[in-house]
Amino acid sequence: MRNFNIALLAIFVGAIVLASHALGQQAYNWLPVAATTEADLVGHLFSFLVTLGTIVFLGVMGMLLYSILFYRATKNDPSDAPAIRGNLKLEITWTVIPILLVIWIASYSYNIYQRMSILGSLPLVHLHIMEAPAYAEMGSSDMQPAEQIEVVVKQWSWSFRYPSQNVTSTELHLPVNQRVHLMLQSKDVVHGFYVPNFRIKQDIIPNQTIPLRFTPNRIGKYQLHDSQFSGTYFALMTADVYVDSPETYNQWLAEAATRPPVPAVNLAKSEHSQPPKTPLRSKWHTVSPAQPPVVNK
Amino acid sequence: MTNIFIKSASEPEPTNWKRYFSFSTDHKVIGVQYLVTAFIFFLFGGLFAMIVRAELLTPQLDVVDRSLYNGLFTMHGTIMIFLWIFPANVGLANYLIPLMIGAKETAFPVLNAIAFWLIPVVGILLLFSFFLPSGTAQAGWWSYPPVSIQNPSGHLINGEFLWLLAVTISGISSIMGGVNLVTTIFRMRSPGMTFLRMPVYVWTTFSAQLLQLFCLPALTGAAIMLLFDLSFGTDFFSPFKQGDPVIYQHLFWFYSHPAVYVMALPAFGVFSEVIPAFARKPLFGYKTVAISSLLISVISTLVWVHHMFASATPNWMRILFMATSMLVAVPTGIKVFAWTATIWRGKLHFQTPMLFALGGVAMFLFAGISGVMLASVPFDIHVNNTYFIVGHFHYVVFNTVTMALYAGIYFWFPKITGRMYSEGWGKLHFWLTFIGANLNFFPMHPLGLQGMVRRISSYDPQYTGWNVVASLGAFLLGMSTLPFIANIVSSWLRGRKALNNPWNATGLEWTTSSPPPIENFEEIPIVTSEPYGYGESHRLAADSSSI
Ligand code: HEM
Ligand SMILES: [Cu+2]
Ligand SMILES: [Cu+2]
Repeated sequence: MRNFNIALLAIFVGAIVLASHALGQQAYNWLPVAATTEADLVGHLFSFLVTLGTIVFLGVMGMLLYSILFYRATKNDPSDAPAIRGNLKLEITWTVIPILLVIWIASYSYNIYQRMSILGSLPLVHLHIMEAPAYAEMGSSDMQPAEQIEVVVKQWSWSFRYPSQNVTSTELHLPVNQRVHLMLQSKDVVHGFYVPNFRIKQDIIPNQTIPLRFTPNRIGKYQLHDSQFSGTYFALMTADVYVDSPETYNQWLAEAATRPPVPAVNLAKSEHSQPPKTPLRSKWHTVSPAQPPVVNK
Repeated sequence: MTNIFIKSASEPEPTNWKRYFSFSTDHKVIGVQYLVTAFIFFLFGGLFAMIVRAELLTPQLDVVDRSLYNGLFTMHGTIMIFLWIFPANVGLANYLIPLMIGAKETAFPVLNAIAFWLIPVVGILLLFSFFLPSGTAQAGWWSYPPVSIQNPSGHLINGEFLWLLAVTISGISSIMGGVNLVTTIFRMRSPGMTFLRMPVYVWTTFSAQLLQLFCLPALTGAAIMLLFDLSFGTDFFSPFKQGDPVIYQHLFWFYSHPAVYVMALPAFGVFSEVIPAFARKPLFGYKTVAISSLLISVISTLVWVHHMFASATPNWMRILFMATSMLVAVPTGIKVFAWTATIWRGKLHFQTPMLFALGGVAMFLFAGISGVMLASVPFDIHVNNTYFIVGHFHYVVFNTVTMALYAGIYFWFPKITGRMYSEGWGKLHFWLTFIGANLNFFPMHPLGLQGMVRRISSYDPQYTGWNVVASLGAFLLGMSTLPFIANIVSSWLRGRKALNNPWNATGLEWTTSSPPPIENFEEIPIVTSEPYGYGESHRLAADSSSI
C-alpha cells in the first residue's frame, strides 16, 4: 500500500513537471515578437518563471482539488476529523523549499538583468546555480558604440533627435544589431518609454536625462507607448519605431536631413480642438497639449 | 441556550435599527456601521468600474470622454481601497476582535466611533468632486506629481484638492482605528488568552494594524506636502524648482505596498477561521501561521521599491528590492500550505463561507505566483504599468480579499444578526462571483504580456478579444452582487433564527448568544488551550464555569 502511494505520488509529480515544462515552452508565444537581444533574455526568464510557477500552482491545486473531491463529509455527519495539529518536519520542508526556490529565481533574474545592462553594467556576480541557455547568444556587436539619440517627451508627443545629422523626427529609427543609446528627457510630467517588442521600459523624469541602452536585433516596425500616466490624452501618446538595416537607416537619416523642419501632426492637439462625440461628456478642464515638436519627418 | 434572540428588555436603546444611525460606542454597532457603509461605497466603485469596462469593450473612445475616463478609474481605485476594503476589514475586525479575545469592549470606544464617522466624510468629499467644474481627481490613485498638481482649472477647490483632503482624513481615521485595535488586542485579552492562544484572525488584524501605525504617516505626510504644492505654491515635488517627484513615489509606496498587506492579512485571517470550521480539523501548524503574519508585516515594510523598478531607480536599488520582495513569498507560502494541509484528510462541508474561502485561496495561489514573477526585475520591467499588473492586483484585492470578506460576512452573519442567511442564494452568489471574477481578471494577464498599457481610454485593435471577455466578466460580476444583497436584506429581516454556534466552531465568539449582549459575555471566559480544538475533547478551549 505504501509503495503504491509513493508510486502514485511519483506519477503525479512527474505529470506536473512535464505539463509545466510544456507550458513554459509555450510561454514564449504569449509575449509579442522579440526584437532586441534583451527581449530574448526576458523570454527565457519568463519561460523559466512560468515553468516553476506552474509546478507550484498545479502541485498545490492538485492537493486542494483532491481534498475537495475525496474528503467530503458524508451527509449529516456531525463528527470531527482527526485532530492533526501539525507536523514539524513538513512545516520546515515547506519553509526551506520556498527559500531555495526564491534564491534560485532571484539569482537567475540577477543574471539576466546583468546581461541586459540597460542602465549600464552591474557588479559581475557569477552564480552557477543555473546557467541560462541564452548565455552564448550575446553577440560582440553589442559592444560597438552607437549613436546617441535624444528622446524628448511632452504632453502629448514624442520627438527623436539625431544630433550628428541634426535630424528631428516623430518616428524612431534604429539600426539593427547595434547597441542603441537613448537619452530620455521630459519637458513637463513623468512619462515612460515602452516598446513591448523590446521588453524594456523606463520612466522619464522631468528635468533629468536618463540614459537607456539596448540592442535591436530584428528588422520591422513596432509601437512605442507612453507607459507612465501623463494626463488627459495619455492614451494617444504612441509613436512608430522602425528597426532598419544599416543601409535603410543611413538612407533614412540622409533623406530626413534634406527636409525642411515643420510642426508635426499631433493626435492630442487635434482631439483637443475636436473632441469625439461620446454619449457621456464631462466638460472638465484639461491641460492644453504642448506645441507639437518641429520635425524634419 | 439556543434562541437568545429575544429583544432584551435590559437594553436601554429604543429600537434595534436606530442605533446603527447614531453615534454609538458599541464596537458591534460600529462594526456593522463600517461594513454597511463600505458596501455602499463598494457599489459606487463597482459602478465606476463597469463604465470603465464599457469603454474598454471596443478599441475606440466611444462611451466617455478622456477626462471622465481618467476621473472614473481614479475614483474607482481610490474608493475601492479607502472606502471598501479598508473600512470593511476594520468593520469586521471591530465586530470580532473583542468577541474573539473575550473582551467586553474595545480599548477606546469614543475614538473608535470618531474614526468611523470620518469615513462618510471621505466618501462625500470624493463623490462630491464629480460636480465640480474642474471634475474629480484624474491622476490615478497614486496621484504622482507633477501630473497630479497641474490644476488646469486654476480653482482653489478642485478635484485633486478634495482628493488629497479625503486621503488625509482617511489616513487619520485609519490611524485612530489602528490605535484602538492594536491597544485592544494588546491590553484587553481575557485571562489565559496568551498571544499563542489567539485565533489567527486576531494575529492578522494585529499585524495589519501595526503596519497602519508604522507606515501610514508616510502617505499622510506626502498627501499634505502634495496639497501644499497644489494649492499654496510650495515646491516639494516640482522637478523644475529643486523639488523631486521621485521622493513622492518613495513616500507613497513606503505606505502603499504595506497597504496591500493591510488589506490581505485579514483575508488570511478569515481563511484561517473558516477553513478549519468547515474541514472539522484544527488549523495545521497554527503557531507558524500565526507568527508568519507578523513576519509578513515586517518584511513588507522593506519591499516598496518593487513598484518603482522602471522609475528613476539605480541598479543597486532594483536588485536589493528584488531580493526582499521575493522573501515575502516564504511566510505567505507557509499560510497557503497550511490551509491546504488543513483540508487534507478533513471532513469537508461546503456551505457558502467555505466556498468563498476555498475559491479565495485558489485564486490567491495564482496571485501569489504572478506576484513572485513581478518581483523579478527584468520581467517586471516588461509588464510594469501594463494590464498584467492590473490583473495581478485584482486577483489580490478582488479574488482574494473581497472573496474573503464575503466568506467572513456569511460566516459571522448568524452571530451578527441572530439569523441564518439562505444557503441557496449564497451558493448562487458564489458561483456567479467566482466565474465573473476569473472572466474579468484573467484576460488582463495575456493583455499585459502583449503590452497593453494600463490607464488608457482607447487601445490598439489587436487587444480587442481579451478585452471583450474581461468586460463581459465585469458585467457578470456586477450582476453577482444582486443575489448577495437580496439574501442579506431578506435574511436579516425574516431569516431563520440562528443558534449561538450554528457552525459548531471553536472561537470564543461562538460561546455567547447570537447576537451577543451589550457587554458580549455573561461572564468573562477563561482560556485554557490553543484555538481550533476541532476533533479534541475540550473543543471550545474556554472555561467560563471555573470563575
Ligand atoms: C467590481 C469589480 C471590479 C472591476 C470590474 C474592476 C476593474 C478595473 C479596471 C478595468 C481597472 C483598470 C482601469 C485602467 O487602468 O484604465 C481597475 C483599476 C483599479 N482597480 Fe479595479 N475593478 C474591480 C474591483 C476592484 C476592487 C475590489 C479593488 C480593491 C482595491 C480595485 C482596485 C483597483 C485599483 C487600485 C485600480 C487602479 C486605479 C489606477 O490605475 O489608479 N478594483 N479596476
Ligand atoms: Cu508592493
Ligand atoms: Cu503585488
